[in-house]
This record gives sequence, structure tokens and C-alpha cells, in this order.
Amino acid sequence: MQYFVQQLINGLTLGSIYGLIAIGYTMVYGIIGMINFAHGDIFMVGAFTALIVFLALGALFYSVPVVLALLLMMIVAMLLTSLYNWTIEKVAYRPLRGSFRLAPLITAIGMSIALSNFVQVTQGPRNKPIPPMVSQVYNIGGISVSLKQIIIVIVTALLLVLFWYLVNRTSLGRAQRACEQDRKMAALLGIDVDRTISITFIMGAALAAVAGTLFLMYYGVIAFSDGFTPGVKAFTAAVLGGIGSLPGAVLGGLMIGFIESMWSAYFSIDYKDVAAFSILAIVLIFLPSGILGRPEVEKV
Amino acid sequence: MAVTVSPERDVVATPVQRALKEAFYAGAIALGLFVLFIGLKTGQNISNELVLTARWGLLAAVVIATAVGRFLYVAYGQPFLANQKIADVATGLLPSSVASRFFQLPAFIAAVIAAVLLFVFNNSLAGWVGAEPAGYLQFLRALAVIYLLACVIYYFRAFIHANFTKLGVTALVLYPILVVAVLSLNAWSIAGGLQGSLKWVDNFGIQILIYVMLAWGLNIVVGLAGLLDLGYVAFYALGAYSYALLATHFGLSFWILLPAAGAMAALWGVLLGFPVLRLRGDYLAIVTLAFGEIIRLVLINWREVTNGSAGISGIPKVSFFGLMSFNVSDSNYIAKVLSITQSGAYYKIFLYYLILGLCLLTAFVTIRLRRLPVGRAWEALREDEIACRSLGINTTTTKLTAFATGAMFGGFAGSFFAARQGFVSPESFVFLESAIILAIVVLGGMGSLVGIAVAAMVMIGGTEALRELDFLKQIFGPDFTPELYRMLLFGMAMVIVMLWKPRGFVGSREPTAFLKERRSVSGSFTKEGHG
Repeated sequence: MQYFVQQLINGLTLGSIYGLIAIGYTMVYGIIGMINFAHGDIFMVGAFTALIVFLALGALFYSVPVVLALLLMMIVAMLLTSLYNWTIEKVAYRPLRGSFRLAPLITAIGMSIALSNFVQVTQGPRNKPIPPMVSQVYNIGGISVSLKQIIIVIVTALLLVLFWYLVNRTSLGRAQRACEQDRKMAALLGIDVDRTISITFIMGAALAAVAGTLFLMYYGVIAFSDGFTPGVKAFTAAVLGGIGSLPGAVLGGLMIGFIESMWSAYFSIDYKDVAAFSILAIVLIFLPSGILGRPEVEKV
Repeated sequence: MAVTVSPERDVVATPVQRALKEAFYAGAIALGLFVLFIGLKTGQNISNELVLTARWGLLAAVVIATAVGRFLYVAYGQPFLANQKIADVATGLLPSSVASRFFQLPAFIAAVIAAVLLFVFNNSLAGWVGAEPAGYLQFLRALAVIYLLACVIYYFRAFIHANFTKLGVTALVLYPILVVAVLSLNAWSIAGGLQGSLKWVDNFGIQILIYVMLAWGLNIVVGLAGLLDLGYVAFYALGAYSYALLATHFGLSFWILLPAAGAMAALWGVLLGFPVLRLRGDYLAIVTLAFGEIIRLVLINWREVTNGSAGISGIPKVSFFGLMSFNVSDSNYIAKVLSITQSGAYYKIFLYYLILGLCLLTAFVTIRLRRLPVGRAWEALREDEIACRSLGINTTTTKLTAFATGAMFGGFAGSFFAARQGFVSPESFVFLESAIILAIVVLGGMGSLVGIAVAAMVMIGGTEALRELDFLKQIFGPDFTPELYRMLLFGMAMVIVMLWKPRGFVGSREPTAFLKERRSVSGSFTKEGHG
């Protein structure tokens, strides 16, 4: 039982990170119906920005309190990563908005290749390890919970509440939901669609940057190619939950996190990703539009 | 973005002011984007800790270059292009007045003279000016040759356009012979020519043709049937491993295993097809992506069979239909049978013709299938699935045949790849490969075989050519490795080509079934990629 709860906690931590990334996928998909393949690399750029800020803080000051350092890393990563996603949207996706469906998908794949190789060229191809930032581990009834995990879960929960408020209670969120339902109608009613889409990309990138910072803090290492696997898993999570649905993204993220940690604990660690992908395929056979997704109504 | 196009109304003043503003914004954005990534570099110190080194000079250079580039584009590029567009509204595709100004007869003659002089006096010039500027001279020579070829293509464009397929196939068949002939002349010996041709036939010819074949195979699934497949590389991997395992363990010949590998991949295509039949669009995309990843992960982890990430080595070579072999130690080695000089180039040239044959087979099957009921059903399915079902087309078998046929060609290409490399490992079958193949299909213009071949040539040939840019080391110093920039440029090229031609190189096509009159359909009237 203790072992099981332990794995549950590990799964929750992983799932939080996947959930934060998955929201970016699902929001962009909901609003412009496009798979943003570069999102995984946006996550990696966020993690790298946090790494560089961490190193700069270490070089500039003798010692910085951990909380302050984490906060600074997160904020700078959010700002810069948002700028990246905003620029990419403006340069690579916006000109193709009226075009056919696969065109922005290809530019997104191109951007993904370009981003990861840009980081490789400018920062070098090696793994970048940092010394552990937080190392406290608490023992509660035989279950060890590290402070890192607590931070990840709390930060994710706080962000989700903030995000829920933003989408459901503000005029910005209303504009986003309107664009999601019918872009043309929303434009006719005076919503600046381009601006709303830009803000959607910025929000997705900010969440991915936080996920990147937390990833860096949790694993203590990042490399230029680390965007792909978490990106694909987060995308899987978004589809599993029902793409376009925000609670679905979080639910899917948590499910992928749980599947992964349970499979590595009870079966084999080598096949944890195979398990996650297979469960996705099985779920989609029975629920073709994901767990919380609305079934597409076919119009003739 | 509103562009002022009329030359009378204050175009001269406004664009410059606007350009200054835009340049400032571009510089500011570039500063924000690059301040951490170019301005600072993470590196290891002696005790293996990460340290930062500042590169403010490089950062300033990049930011200024961005701002200046933006300024020039907005102030001069945009008005120029807009004016050209008005001037060439009748001629359509290319700004042809620019082209005819660029490809003038005097310039052509000058280029001919320059190229001939540089070729004839290559060695004496190199001895005269020294090794370093000689690199520039060779670059200049290459530029002159490219310009000449472009001129010829431009002046004969109507003829080329009319006979593109015949010319293309002829050029591909003659390619290795021409390469060997030219290089033999250059090196004054046949053996030298054979040795030098290795790189051209192998790195450019075979490499590009493999991608052409893969892209044509994927074209059946994506371009004809409209099913978005992001895991095509899985079938490539299945074909490669089928050949590698069966050939190394049972010693079976390539000519038996080629169809076997194709059948194996097709079987897996059907197996994958069954569960995903109900899925539409992006759900289909993610499941195919997941399938590709599952295959790769199984190849990595099932060590007893696949030898894990270490891969399988020592895969036997293809024989010349069992008559001659390409192993030097065999008694029927080609050089012994035909009593000619030994060279590794024969095998490469043979492989070139083999993959060319496989490519042509793929093209032939695709063209014939499009005229069969099943091919028409694929295209109907792509355009409208509901209409398709209402007309009594069995969408299940239609989708399955598309998956199976596409997968089969992937399997053929895979077994060829294994035979060519002599070594397979899961490293060769990552998602990036699927993405590249899909990008070639879309960039070429989905459904168009010629467009796809051109896209493969541009994208794969372009990245291979970047390997050859050693002379840049003389400019940027010996630490500069152009190889690193290969994939960065590849990604950016994908974006730029897509923005330039969102419908691909060949954006219009002729429907295979038509009423009364044959008329080509503009790409914007068709919709593809809906599963």
C-alpha cells in the first residue's frame, strides 16, 4: 500500500508537468484547430531560459534564497518563452491561417526542428546538469515526499486556479471561448481575433515555461533534444483527455503520469512509454474523441 | 499588412519611415529572443560545473543584422515585390521580367567564359594565388556553373515543362554515367572517376531517391486517401529490420526478402489500420505517431531479438540477381567475372539503379492505381467521406488498402536501406524522419508525383550540399562547423517554402475522373488531409 501511494505521488508530480504542457496544445487546437508541434520545443526553451537565469544568478550574487531564485527563473522563463511563441505565431502560423489544414502543421514541424537546433547551435549539444536546488525529503508514515514534488504540485494547482479564473471569468477568456466556437462570428461581434489568438499562444507558452522550470528543478538536467518526448506525451495527454477541452488536458496529463509511474513500478521501466501510447490507442478505440471531448457533429 | 503599391502617392517617403519603425521593432524582438541564448553561452569549466560566458559582440551583430534586414525588406523589398506583382499579373508564377533581366545573353556568355577559364586553369591558378583564395575560386566556379544551368533551364522552360517526366527519367538514368564520365575527365583516369563518383552517387543520388520513394509511398496515404499519417517511419523500420534479421539469421537473399519485407510492412499497415478506422483527422495523426514511437521503443528494448540501440550490423549486400556478387572475397566478384579494375563504386552504382527501379515501380503503381476503382475511391474519400459513404463506397476497405499499399512501399524502401547501409539501429527511425517525409509530401504539393520528387531533391539535396561547405571554415575560422547548421537551416527552409507556396510546388492537378472535358483544378479548390 505504501509503495502504491508512493507511486501515486510520483505520478501526480509527472502528471502535473504533462498537464501544464498539454494545456498549451489543447488551447491552440481549440482556437485555431492546429497541432502546434513546436510546443514541446517551446517547453525546452523555457527550461533552458530557467537554466541560464539560474547560472546568471549564481554568477552575479554570492547566494540567493531558493524561493527567490525559483520565482525569478519562472518569471524570466515565462516572459522570454512567451516572446518566442508570440514571434513564431506571427511569423510562421498567421500568414497561413486561411490556407489548408496541413500547411501550418508543416511550418510547426519546421519551427520545432529549427528551435531545437537553434538551442543546440547556440548552447552546445551536451546535457546541462545543475546542482540540486531543493533537496529536503519528508517522511510521512513510511512514504517519502520530497519538497520538490510538493513545490511542483502546489505551483501547478495555483496556476490552474488562476488559469481557470482567466478563462471562465474574464472578458479575455470570454473572447477566447467565442473564437473557439466561431471565429467569423466573434470577429463580427467586435472581438480582435488576431489579438486573442496571440494571447492564447502567449498563455500556452507561459504555462509551458513554468513546466520547463519545474522539470529542470525536478530532474536537474536539460538538453536541447529534451523537448520532444515530454512534448509528445503532453500531446498524447491532450488527445486522451479530449483535444480542445481544458479540464481534459489536465485529466489526460495526470492519467499519463499515473500510467507511467505505475507501469515502471509494477511492470518494466523500459516499456513505460509503450504502455502510455498503447493505452491512448485503446481509449481512442472506445471513445473516439477522447475522455472529455465533445463528439464532432458531422454536417453534410 | 497593408502595402502601398501605387508609385504616385507618397510611396517614396512613407515606406522609409515605416521601415525605420519596423526595423526598431524587429531589433527589439531579436534582442529579447536572443539576449540569453546568443548573449550567454553555457559551457563546462575544469571541474565540470556549468559556467556562463558572455558573447555580447555576437548578440549585437545578430540584433543589428535583423534590424537592417527588416529595414531593407520593408523599405525596398516590399514595394519592389508589389510593383513586380502588378507588372507580372498576366504572367503569373514568377516575376518573369526580373527573370529575363537576370538571365541575359551577355551575362550568359560571360559566365561561360568564366567557367571555362576557371576549369582549364584550375590547377595553375591554385598554384599562383595560394590555397586559401583557391577555395573562393572553386566556389565562384560552382556559382558560374549553377548560373549557366539556370539560364539553360530558363530559356528552355516551355520545352522542359512539356516533357518534364521523360526528361527527368532520362536524366536520372544517365546520372551515374555522367558523373563517372565527368570525374574521369577531371582526374584523367577511369579508376579516379569511379572513386570520385562514390560521393555523388551515394550521398546525393541514392540518399535523395530513398526519400523520393518514401515520400511517394506516404503520398498514397496522405496525398491520395487524405489520411494524416505521422508514423510512416514505422513501416520503413519494419522493412529494414525484416531484411536485417532474416538475412543475418537465415542467410536469405535480398530478392526473396524484398517482397517479404513489403508484405510484412503491409500486414502491419492493416493491423494499425483496423483500430484507427473510426478516428478522424488529428486523432488519427496522434495514433499513427504513437504507433511509430511504439515500434521504435520496442526495437530499442527488445534486446534479445533486435540487439537494442546497438543495432544489427553485418547485413549482407545485395547480389546482382545471384549472378555476380559485390563482395571482394567471393569467387563471383563482379570485377573478377567481368575482368575489370576493383572498385567499391560498382556496388553504389548498382544500388542507385536498384532504388531508381523501385522508385519508378512506386510511381507506376501509383499512377495505375489512381485509374482503378480503388484509387478513385481514395480520392473521393479524401474530398468527402460522407458523400463517399452515401455513394456506397466501402470506406473500411478503402482506408485499409491505402494504409497497406503505403506501408508496403515503406517496407520496400526499408529493406533497401538496410542492404545499402549494412547496419540498422533504432536511431535511423525517429519521429524526425516521419516529419521530413511528410514535409516533402506537403511541400511538393500533395498528390503530385513530380512536385514531391522536386521537393525531395531540394530539401534532401540541399541539406546534403551543406555538408560540402568546408570553404566556410576559411572565413569563420577552423572552429566553424557548417554541419551543425544543417538541421537549423532545414527547419527554417521548411517554414519559408511553406509560407512562399502554401499549396506546395505543384499546386494544381488534373482529376483522374472527369466529365466531358479535361481541366486542371487549382489546389485551392480541393481539400486534403481530412481523415
